Amino acid sequence: MRKGLKWIAAVSVITLLLAPVAWGKAELIKVGINAPMTGDIPKVGEGSKFAAQMWLEDIKAAGGLDVGGVKHPVELVIEDNESKAESAVKTNTKMITEDEVLVIVGPQSSKQAVPAGDVANNYKTPMISPWSTNPDTTKDRPYVFRGCFLDPFQGPVVANFITNEFGFTKAAVLYDVASDYPKGLAEFFKKAWEELHGPGSVVAYESFTTKDADFSSQLTNIINSGAEVLFTPQYYNEVALIVQQAHELGWKKPIVGSDSWGSAETIELCGAACHGLFFSTHYAAAGATGKTKEFIDRYQAKHGYIPDDVAALTWDALGIVGQAISTCGKITGDVEDDRQCVRDAMAKIKEYDGITGKMTFTEEGDPIKCAVIVKISDKGEYEFYKSVCP
Amino acid sequence: MVFFLQNIINALQWGSFYAMIALGYSMVYSILMLFNFAHGDIFMVGAYIGFGVATGLVTLSATGFIALPGWVILVLTILLSMFLTSFVGMIVERVGYRPLRDAPRASAAITGLMIGIILETGNLALMGARRVSFPPLIESVTYNIGGVFVTNKKILIVVVSLAFMLALHLFVQRTRYGMAMRAMAFDFVVVPLMGVPVNTIARLTFAIGSALAAVAGILFGLAYPVLDPYMGIVFGWKAFVAAILGGRGSIMGATLAGFLLGFIEIFVAMIFPSTLRDLIAYSIILLILVFRPHGFFGEPYSARLRL
Repeated sequence: MRKGLKWIAAVSVITLLLAPVAWGKAELIKVGINAPMTGDIPKVGEGSKFAAQMWLEDIKAAGGLDVGGVKHPVELVIEDNESKAESAVKTNTKMITEDEVLVIVGPQSSKQAVPAGDVANNYKTPMISPWSTNPDTTKDRPYVFRGCFLDPFQGPVVANFITNEFGFTKAAVLYDVASDYPKGLAEFFKKAWEELHGPGSVVAYESFTTKDADFSSQLTNIINSGAEVLFTPQYYNEVALIVQQAHELGWKKPIVGSDSWGSAETIELCGAACHGLFFSTHYAAAGATGKTKEFIDRYQAKHGYIPDDVAALTWDALGIVGQAISTCGKITGDVEDDRQCVRDAMAKIKEYDGITGKMTFTEEGDPIKCAVIVKISDKGEYEFYKSVCP
Repeated sequence: MVFFLQNIINALQWGSFYAMIALGYSMVYSILMLFNFAHGDIFMVGAYIGFGVATGLVTLSATGFIALPGWVILVLTILLSMFLTSFVGMIVERVGYRPLRDAPRASAAITGLMIGIILETGNLALMGARRVSFPPLIESVTYNIGGVFVTNKKILIVVVSLAFMLALHLFVQRTRYGMAMRAMAFDFVVVPLMGVPVNTIARLTFAIGSALAAVAGILFGLAYPVLDPYMGIVFGWKAFVAAILGGRGSIMGATLAGFLLGFIEIFVAMIFPSTLRDLIAYSIILLILVFRPHGFFGEPYSARLRL
């Protein structure tokens, strides 16, 4: 009996000691950021990181993320995927199994987002890629979402824009065959262009592989083909080389790009050679208004340059994540239940008004939103040219 | 015809880089019988050193302290970077290869790979993952010769690289050090017994190979002004192919094979779909090696003697 009393006393003391901790401290919410901090496109990783840190600042200023009346502290787990598909898969696996994140934002480019999405879906962890436009990222994956438009939309947008703006009928395409994003978009562009101008109207369809620096033979083929415009859906490091080499080989016609051009680094590497060119993207920084401008000003004040589309999309993706966690209603601490709850809440979001425009979500977890055509001005700024809505 | 000529110009430029880097592989291989797999990364280091020197000189010039025209900066950049990069080569030799000179060849080969990774990641740590843009030291002028477009940079690249190859050829053929190198290539065991200082010659070989890689790096920066820490890997492999194709230790061979590689890559992309470029190009090279296993100018006997 005395022994029994001792036990009861001990247990009550321990319970009393622990109770304030268990009740007073809300569960920590971990958000994983899977971004290319090094590798081919480090500027993209930097933009993602900065946007995420700004988002976290706001959460902290509000005293935590409000879920069903309880303020939960939030922590970011930022991991580098080296801009490689296999590293992105590894990073996702690590964040899900070791760090036990609630939700993952990223990876940014389709090359990493397509394989990494598979991991997230298998582990039933909600993932949202802010920048990946390839349809395969979210296809048949109930746990994977995205924050941007898709290439089957972007391809026709560019094809229509070139047709209406310049009246051209013969186009050339130069793309990286070893990367999901350029390859997918090149195919969608070709399809859209040939629907507009008939089979064979893409007179040159040239490719190269990642890390190539010399495009002279492909560009010579393109020039020889009689194409009136060159479409090249490449990342910023290749854009500079392609544009400069095309000019050196005597190409004076327009070169048009896609949303991967939108990095702050494109102009820095390409310089005057890129002035006057067009590309399709998610938002235009110059001439922005309202909360978009607010975000741009805040980012610029803090980091010294205008945020690119990746930063803006990451911001919106985190906004969606925040909303989903809040509407989920409660965070129990059982990470698997919470993930399911957040994924269901995210799937229920029908409309979101972000800084990159209003979006409505389809069954697949893809937003329907407008694209913007941007012209690179003579000062190297990304100027709004026109908006194209579905 | 114009199309064809344009591709010849393209191939000449592209081949110059392979040739210059292949020379470094070839020289080290002929003298020490080891593949310096870090050579592609020394090319990268050379390009970055060139970038640093060029940016420094451009900034200095912009302050008005001493206003230098672009071509003077270019010449100074090439000379200074050659000097600095040759030290990188010598350090690599001293730290990575000399202690392993009597070790099995496989150990020396993986040393090269490890040094390569150290140079890449070291650069990543030092410079960050950002791409750097090589300053355009000379204004690009494009000449239109009957529809064939040639830039002054392309001419410069081909002429400068050929000049350096010729200089190297003369050095190896006409000087005492060159003679010592040739002798060591001939027999690594007996020649040192006759009083040829092995370490000095090994160091010199690395210094010259690295200096050439620096020249290639700077010219590469002029033509393709986006540098990143991993730019030397694939390039190094391909130049290594050229070195083997040229034949052991042959300067003529490495030069010729470098240009041949450039021509094959460019012309395959001209005729076939560009997606298949490397597949077809390197199948052709494999075929050449099957019929000439010792390369163009290689000597079968010395290979049998040592391997």
